[in-house]
This record gives sequence, C-alpha cells and structure tokens, in this order.
Amino acid sequence: MINQEEAHRAAYVEEARDLLADLEASLLELENSPGNVDLLHKIFRALHTVKGSGAMFGFDDIAAFTHDVESIFDRVRNGQLGVDRRLLDLSFQACDHIRALLDPGGEQEAQLAAAGRVILDGFRAVGGAAQPAAAPAAKAAPPPEETKHGVARIYRLRFKPHADMLGSGNNPLHLLEDVQALGDCRLYVHTESVAVLSECDPEACLVWWDCVLRSEADAATITDVFVFAEDDCELRLDVLDSGATANGEAIHRKLGEILVARGDISAEDLEAALSSQRRLGDILSEKGLASPDAVASALCEQQAVQELAQKTPERGEKTASIRVAADKLDALVDLVGELVIVQAQIRQAVEDRGDPALRGLAEHLERLAENLRDSTLSIRMLPIGATFAKFRRLVRDLTAELHKEIELVTQGEETELDKTVIERLGDPLVHLLRNSIDHGIESPADRQDAGKPAAGVIRLSAAHAGGEVVITVADDGAGLDAKAIRRRAEERGLIAPGIEMTPKELYNLIFLPGFSTAKAVTSISGRGVGMDVVKRAIDALRGSVEIDSVPGRGTTITVRLPLTLAIIDGLQVQVGAEYYVVPLGLVEECVEMAREGDGAQAGVLNMRGQAVPCVRLREAFAINGPHPVIEPIVIVTVDGTRVGLAVDRVVGEHQTVIKSLGPLYRDIEEFSGATIRGDGRLALILDVAALVRRAAEADGPQPAAFAD
Amino acid sequence: MAEAANSNDNQYLTFTLERELFALDIGSVREVLELVNITRVPRTPDYIRGVINLRGRAVPVVDLKLKFGMGATERTVNTCIIIVEVNLDGESTVLGALADSVQEVYEMESAQIEATPRMGTPIKADFIRGMGKSGDQFIIILDINKVFTSLELAGLAQSLGEAAPENAEA
Repeated sequence: MINQEEAHRAAYVEEARDLLADLEASLLELENSPGNVDLLHKIFRALHTVKGSGAMFGFDDIAAFTHDVESIFDRVRNGQLGVDRRLLDLSFQACDHIRALLDPGGEQEAQLAAAGRVILDGFRAVGGAAQPAAAPAAKAAPPPEETKHGVARIYRLRFKPHADMLGSGNNPLHLLEDVQALGDCRLYVHTESVAVLSECDPEACLVWWDCVLRSEADAATITDVFVFAEDDCELRLDVLDSGATANGEAIHRKLGEILVARGDISAEDLEAALSSQRRLGDILSEKGLASPDAVASALCEQQAVQELAQKTPERGEKTASIRVAADKLDALVDLVGELVIVQAQIRQAVEDRGDPALRGLAEHLERLAENLRDSTLSIRMLPIGATFAKFRRLVRDLTAELHKEIELVTQGEETELDKTVIERLGDPLVHLLRNSIDHGIESPADRQDAGKPAAGVIRLSAAHAGGEVVITVADDGAGLDAKAIRRRAEERGLIAPGIEMTPKELYNLIFLPGFSTAKAVTSISGRGVGMDVVKRAIDALRGSVEIDSVPGRGTTITVRLPLTLAIIDGLQVQVGAEYYVVPLGLVEECVEMAREGDGAQAGVLNMRGQAVPCVRLREAFAINGPHPVIEPIVIVTVDGTRVGLAVDRVVGEHQTVIKSLGPLYRDIEEFSGATIRGDGRLALILDVAALVRRAAEADGPQPAAFAD
Repeated sequence: MAEAANSNDNQYLTFTLERELFALDIGSVREVLELVNITRVPRTPDYIRGVINLRGRAVPVVDLKLKFGMGATERTVNTCIIIVEVNLDGESTVLGALADSVQEVYEMESAQIEATPRMGTPIKADFIRGMGKSGDQFIIILDINKVFTSLELAGLAQSLGEAAPENAEA
C-alpha cells in the first residue's frame, strides 16, 4: 500500500513538474500578450490541477500555496487585476517555489515556508486587498472536468401523457427537449392510438414515447423535468445500466427480456413465443401478444442501449500516450542493440553456410530487427521544444540582470532528437545563449548608436538535415572581433604570427582549448568555462560546432548533431589485423590508388585534379606490416574539407551499436567507441574529425595546412 | 570460482605471472575468462593490450607483466583474463588483467599476511598490499586499485602525443 502511495506521489511530482513547465511557457507568452484570455485560462487550469492533485496526494503545503496563487489569477481572469511585470515576476518565483516544495531533499521546511510567505505577501501587495489565505486547499472544489466525467447511467423512460394533457398547458415536446438536454437520448414514439383523421380529436394527446437516455444526471433530476406534468401523464423511469457494471453484457438484453421488463408482455407469453423458432418480434406481434409498435420500440431500445454503452470505451482510447520510466526504455534500447549485433552475426554465419532457405530467414530477421530498431529508437525521440522553453526563462532573467533588451525567437520546436542527446545538449546550448546575451547583443544605447533597433534578437532554431539535426543560435549583435581573436591566438601560441587565415577560420579558433581564459574576447560567460567546453560537449555527442560572424551584424553558431547516439551506420575497413569503422555519414566515396612511394605521413592525393590530403591509418596507428600495393582510400568530409583515409581493405557497410570504450580510454580522441563485429570481436569506431586534426597537428601547428 | 566466496573477506584468487605467485582480493574479482581476441587500440601504452567484447561490453585488458616490467605475456593454454572491478577516480570500472595462469581461491587470515618488505620485491612496493604464504612460496597480494590508478590514465593521451610510435601486436 505504502509503495503504491509512493508511486502515486512520484507520479504527481512528475506531472507537477510538467505542469510547471507549461505554466512557465504560458506565463512567458502572457508577457507578450497580456490580454490573452485563453492563456489566462490555461494558467488558471494548470494552477488548479497542481493544487487539486497536490491536496489529493498529501502535498498540503503545495496545495495551500498554490491556492493563494490561484486566487490571484482568478482575479486576473475576472479582469479585476491587470497583468504587469511585477505579477509575472512573482509568478515565476511562485513556480520556482512550488518546484522547491516538490523536491523532497530540498531546503529546510522553515526556510521554504518563509520564502513562500514572502512571495504571497508580494502577490497580496500586487493584488491590493486580496483576501488572505483562508480556505484550506484540501477542501478546494474538484476540477470541473471531474464532475463532467462522472459516471454515466443509462435510463429507460416511458412518458405517456394523458389524452387531456394539452388542456393543462403542458407541451410534451418541451418536456422531451428538456430530457434530451440531460444527455444522449433516443426516442421512440408510439402512434398506435392515433385514430384516423376523421375521428381525430385535435386537442387530445394520443401519442406517447419510450426514451433511452444516457446521462450523468441522477434519477431525481430526470423526474424533476416532469414535475409540473406529473398529474397529467404516466411516467416510469428505470435504470438500465448504473454505470458501475463495467461489462457491457448485462445491458445488451434480449428483446423478450426488455418487453417483459417493461411489462408489455409476461414472462409466460415470452416463453410460449420463444418455443416457435421464428423471429421473436414477428411472432410476438403476429400473435397479438405485443403490438408491432411495442416490439419496434423495444428493438429501438435494444439498439440504443448498445450504441450508447459503446460510447464508454471511446473515452478510454483518448489516452494517446503513456508514461514509461526512462530506465525501462534504456533497457529496451540496450536489448535491441544486442539483437542487432546477434542479427549481424547470424547474417555472417548464414553467408558462410550458403543455405538459400536459411538466407531467406536471415533476411527476414534482418528486416524485422531493423524495423524494431527504428521504432525503438523513435520512442526515445523527444521534441526539442521543451528545452527551448527553458531558455525563454533564462533569456528573460538574464536580460533583466544585464539591462538589455533581447527577444528570443525559437523555431523548429517540433524537431525530434534522442532523449540522451537532448539531455546532454542543454548545458552547451545554455552556454552559447549566455555568450550571445552577454557579449553578442550590445546594450540598447550602443545598438541605437549603431542604427539598430534597441531590442536585440536571438534566433534559436532546430531543423532536420539529412541524418543530422542542425541547431543554430544566431544573434544580431556586434559580431566577433577577428583582430582581437588573432591577437589572442598569437599571444597564446595557437597560430604562427602573421599567418594567412580566413575570418571564418579565425572565428573557429575560439573553440580551441587554451584560447578562452579570462579577458578573452568571448569567454566572459560568468561561469568560468570557455567555448572549448561547448566544443567538447558537442564532440562527445558526435556532433560538430561551427561559428560564423559578420562584424556589426551578428554571430551565428551552428551545431550539427546525429539523430541518435546508440547506433550508427558505418563503413568497416581493415588495417593490418584490426578492423575500424568509419561513420557512413562522413564517407563520400571509396577510391583505389596505386601507392607511389613510402614515407609520407599525410600525402596529398590527386582526386580528379583536386588536391585531397590523405591520412594513412597504418602510419597514424603505428601498425607494422606490409601495405598493399594498390591502396583503397576512403574519402570523407570533415568540417567541409575532403580528406582521404588510406586503409588496407574496405570490408563493407556495417550497422553498429556503439559501445563506450570506458574511462580508461577517455582521452584517446581518435576513437568514439567500439562496436562488435559479426564474429564477436571488437572494431573501433573512428572519430574522423579528431584523427584528421591530430594528423594536421603532427604536420605543423597551422590548421591552414589543409586549405591548400 | 569467484561466486562461491563473495562473502568472505579472507579469500584471495591466486594467479601466476612468470614464476611469481600473486593474489587479488576475491571481492574485486568478477570472473575469469579464457584468453580471447584482444582488439588493440592504437597509440596507447603497450601494457594496455586493448579491448575485448565481454557480453556486448568493451572491456579494456591490461598486461600486468608488461606493467610490472616482466616482459609481455605470451599466449599459452593457461593464459587467462581476470575480470576485476576497480575504482578509477571514484568511478567503478570493469577491467581485464592478463595472467599466465589462474591457480585457486586461497584463504588467508589477516594475521597470516605480512607487511610489504621495503625492498627486494619483484614489483613496485606501492602495488603490494601485503605478503601471504602458501607452503614455502610467498604470495604477493596486489592492491588492485593502486595498480590501475597508477596507470595515470588521465595523462595518457598527452604523454602519447610525443611518444614514438610503438609496435602494435597484430
């Protein structure tokens, strides 16, 4: 029992965190459009749910606190209170406070309570004579949705007006309309007592109705409709389905049973009729035991009850998503990874065996494994929007702190990325944003002097491009100072003095470790970490980061990331006895070149007239042994440059699950991990960018060596 | 052979490197494998032989003999990989250690274990937790965490930057 309660509380905490995130997003939007009633309703609802569920799961402090915040927003919603910055500031503080209350291992209770009081006092000051916190939140009314979704019952109503009903001023049609308003209603009208026109009394009510009603109202409410007509009619109300019986069996009653239950026929009549094997309805009406009308009405009821009862499960289907613990998903992905490996091993074994039947099965298995892998990985994909939403708050807080005016424009919130990537992307992106806010965007006065609008704009966008996700952080600030960067890099011995470099190459120097220390052009992030940390974090995600800048117009930082970290498509190559995997996304083509001479560590290839630098893996990895006379060369693209990798043999495509090499090899940059080959051995996955970088360093300190 | 003794503090797994008898606290030993194919990671010190596939995990394997300056471990029918769990900068990591042969699980009371002699030990005294005895032969009880911490892994890449290319084992 306790465990279950714990689980519920945990679920509440999670839900409340989501709600708070929504709440913050809504508050930020509200700041831009203070009059938006929809947003106010949304905020109010979120607060209400936090409060209601909080009280339900024993978070009384949250419930009490949120109740007071809610009452403020109730007044805002009713137009009694305007939305201003002070209110929003307090609301953000309130969000933080609720979050702190959710965290069980957080601050001291007394401190928290005091902090809460300060916030509420602030609200009270804003709201003027807002009522003090009096109503205990536990008694708070349940959310209106809950009453709406109460238990629906199915009723049968027989409404038989006396012939003289119309004389008393009652209109049966109005009464029926009222009944229909109570819920889902099916009517069957009985007209058998209506005489032929010549004998008809126009003032008499000769028709009567059977009605099947599915409603959440109780029986008294329904009979209340007829309160003024009670003496003028015959009224009978039965509950067919109280809604408590979950199985629909009980309510799909047979025609005969319905007729018996309604008193149209007796059980004996029914039994007698059932003894002959024709359709029950026909038999009953033929024998005059029940009028054809009664049968038709009963049939109508049968159908109506069925239809109405079927409506119930529909609501259940509305739950389009479920919450799954992240570690369960991770376990699933691990298992699928293992499966993919075993599948590759099976494929290899089958190839060796050469049995066509086995090969067919193996291909089938391969297809299934691939589909399974894709859908499993897609489960882990999350839209990046939630991360972007967090940044709005950051930008808002920082701009206020730095007395700047900055608008954050986000784009492509729906772009999906692997959960792990999103989690690990947060910090580097925060850093990039802080940089843009701190150094990119100038103060409003400076901006106006430069002829730009006082408010700066930071564009944060995400988009899919091929197998990658491209995230850009662009500001319209002052841009980077190429001269200062050059000076700095020369000072620190990162480049040779006076060397020719394009501005873009200069800008990208700021990612070098050792470039950004205190007083560097772009590193005053306030957290003591430079752009090299960003670069390393992005590299760890197997991504790349690039910077470009136009002086006076702004800086754009482009981050490219793989969709997932778990699996890559690779090209397997062999050098000596070892196998390596080159990420397929980087591979442009494979060529073969006759080897001209020995010695050159990084030669230059003549690729259709274009000079392409080449790294010989055998030399780079110090692998002894004879190299082939005709060398296969894998041409890859690294940071926009084509580079050749000379190997012994190109084995083929290999879909691989990436295994970490562990902390022992943390500092070996050339490999991003290992993968398991079909025969169970390991192959190392090349980090081509790092490999090329090192080869370039070995050649000389100038990255420009590759530009020639 | 490791599982049975997990609860006992006084049990040690003994193994040989050349003629010397070494021991590891059974608590740090996960399992013992036959020698499998080791994938060499280029540009790492010789004593880190490479990585093996341990049920889908990449586990680094260290050649203790090279580490201790006793020459490279040759492949024989008795060569084993002892999978140990070590604490690397506060992080628990699984590593493999090459041994010429694995002997037995041996019980030694702490009273039987002597302090490390100041000199005369075949390997660096820092790596030794104490000396035990089996019959006439001394058992060198390794302090596994010290052995692996001293790999100075953090500085690995830098030191390699200048190092001459080493011979790889094919």
